[in-house]
Amino acid sequence: MIRIGVLAATALALAAGMVQDASAQQKTVKIGFISTFSGPTAAIGNDMRNAFELGLDHLGRKLGGLPVEVIYEDDTQKPDVGVQKTQKLIESDHVDFIVGYIWSNVLLASLKPLTDSKTITVVTNAGASAFAGELCSPYVFSTSWQNDQTPQAMGLYMNQKGVKSVFLIGPNYAAGKDMLAGLKNTYKGKILGEEYTRWPDQLDFSAELSKARASGAEAIFVFYPGGAGVQFITQYVQSGLKGQIQLYQGFTVDELSIPRLKDLALGIPGTQEWVNDLPNEANKKFVADYIAKYKLRPSYYGAQTYDAVSLLNSAVTAVNGDLSKKEEMRKAMEKADFKSVRGNFKFGNNHIPIQNFYLQDLVKAGDEYVLKTVATVVENDQDRFHDRCPMKLGQ
Amino acid sequence: MLYFIEQCLNGVQLGMLLFLLAAGLTLVFGIMDLVNLAHGSLYMLGAYFAATFATLTGSFVLALILAILASLIAGMVLEVIAIRPLYRRDHLDHVLGTFGLILFFNELVRLIWGPEGRTLSPPSQMLTAVQILPGVYYPIYRLVIILATLAVAGLLYALVMRTRLGMLIRAGASNREMVGALGINIKLLYTLVFGLGAALAGFAGVMQAPILTVQIGMGENILILAFVVIIIGGIGSIRGAFVAAIIVGLIDTVGRAFLPDMLRLVLSTNAAQTLGPSLSSMSIYMLMAAILVFRPEGLFPAASR
Repeated sequence: MIRIGVLAATALALAAGMVQDASAQQKTVKIGFISTFSGPTAAIGNDMRNAFELGLDHLGRKLGGLPVEVIYEDDTQKPDVGVQKTQKLIESDHVDFIVGYIWSNVLLASLKPLTDSKTITVVTNAGASAFAGELCSPYVFSTSWQNDQTPQAMGLYMNQKGVKSVFLIGPNYAAGKDMLAGLKNTYKGKILGEEYTRWPDQLDFSAELSKARASGAEAIFVFYPGGAGVQFITQYVQSGLKGQIQLYQGFTVDELSIPRLKDLALGIPGTQEWVNDLPNEANKKFVADYIAKYKLRPSYYGAQTYDAVSLLNSAVTAVNGDLSKKEEMRKAMEKADFKSVRGNFKFGNNHIPIQNFYLQDLVKAGDEYVLKTVATVVENDQDRFHDRCPMKLGQ
Repeated sequence: MLYFIEQCLNGVQLGMLLFLLAAGLTLVFGIMDLVNLAHGSLYMLGAYFAATFATLTGSFVLALILAILASLIAGMVLEVIAIRPLYRRDHLDHVLGTFGLILFFNELVRLIWGPEGRTLSPPSQMLTAVQILPGVYYPIYRLVIILATLAVAGLLYALVMRTRLGMLIRAGASNREMVGALGINIKLLYTLVFGLGAALAGFAGVMQAPILTVQIGMGENILILAFVVIIIGGIGSIRGAFVAAIIVGLIDTVGRAFLPDMLRLVLSTNAAQTLGPSLSSMSIYMLMAAILVFRPEGLFPAASR
């Protein structure tokens, strides 16, 4: 008798516990975050994670009133690992949103599981032209840019400056090709050479720098994100080319590489959609709190990820925390109803932002090296692949 | 033409670094008959040590000296703890054991120094180029690498040819059992040789660090090239390692520089860019295969075994 009673009580307690568990699970927002946290480009992943955490702190660790659980996964900069981690987050962790992706090749590999499972995804860096065009999906949003946009702005700036010839160097993968193609799209001078280096393991650029010198070009344009950028600029200076041939760059001199480059990076301008000193309120708060919390300056990787938090918050708030209303959430996201740290921000039909691009240059302020906005190169720039995407906003 | 000279110099510079790695590898393989895959990890440790010492002392030269000493000690400690049990086993066990050491060192470095890697800057006077021939500019630092390695090669030659220790090393490479039978302290000799190899690898790691990043796993790619060098040069032969290293360095660099252009004459730019580096790496292995077929003991064999 007593034994049956004890068994029944245990069973009831377990059942009650399980019911409670299930309903508690409904009320947390689960976010999967994929980035690179190891190897020479780990600094980028850490910057994104820091910014994401800061964004959640600013919202009291709640999105639309619901508590948040974030699962961070490392793609180790490899597309096959990225796909595995994406599938793990979707199929075994059952996340509500996925955020991240630094590398265009990792994103392209992971796109199918994301779109097949209709998981709302916010891409905070990768900008492959394919997913801005034919492979666009109603569930995938970008808070960064399409790869061509940033070098296109640089091309416009180089035209303004009257640069007559340029030598292009970039890594041989999706983003590298996009970046050099973007520059060629707007730049009106002569292209005296186009070299692609093996990615990601080729870190010795002496052959390419010699070719650039031999070509007699007036300028060199490069795209080398992460640790490779530090190596390129170091070798550029070591080869004596600084002062002989002007270097223009995209994503090569940024807040992550500047502490390692210091003086070497002075006088190498680049274009970006966000610079530390943009004067809007959201940005001032973001930069100040980031420096206070992490004792480092944020980079655009972090700024883009911080915007992702605000974007997701606007989505969950719009459906009053009912995460099952996916269609309403993504329509709310299309409105981009949040204050971006880069000022004006709206989505194009392909869910890529329409935004300004600024010219940034490194200056020395006392002992510190600071990136300053020198000029606005182009306003409300939209990527050139949006008409290959059949989507329309509000559908 | 001038561009070709520059590329040849780069090839020689790569060859010099390969020589440093191959010399240690070939000594260890020749004398102790040990396949040491962890040699690349010693190269990585040397670079990390130097990055840390450079931050502590602020001087590149001091960091270099300290890092070489640290690599020497690390090598000797490693030999006593992990390598000794492997001597009496066969080569497959060497491969398995030292491969495990690679994984161990990668994780150890991640624990101590973190996953992000380090930078090491050369002395500021070396941050520019010098005009060695009219129209040919070459980075001073890379010239320093070539000269420093030649100096080390000279010292190594003097050590092996003119000192008692060197005589023991050469004797051990020729006939290990006889050296043991003559009452020489073989255990100490092995520890010293392993330590010497580790010091050379560490030196290579430090010299290469300002050009390439200091990161986890940096030794693995270059280790493969080092093995190719010792096969082409002859196992146990330092002279062979020197010659083969220069050949391999030249083929890799000059191939990488000129093959894409040559391929571009017949293929599209994209295809040429992807094929070029791959073909130039393949050419190194094709040379190795040819050596194995026509002269399996290598270009400069150490001795009959």
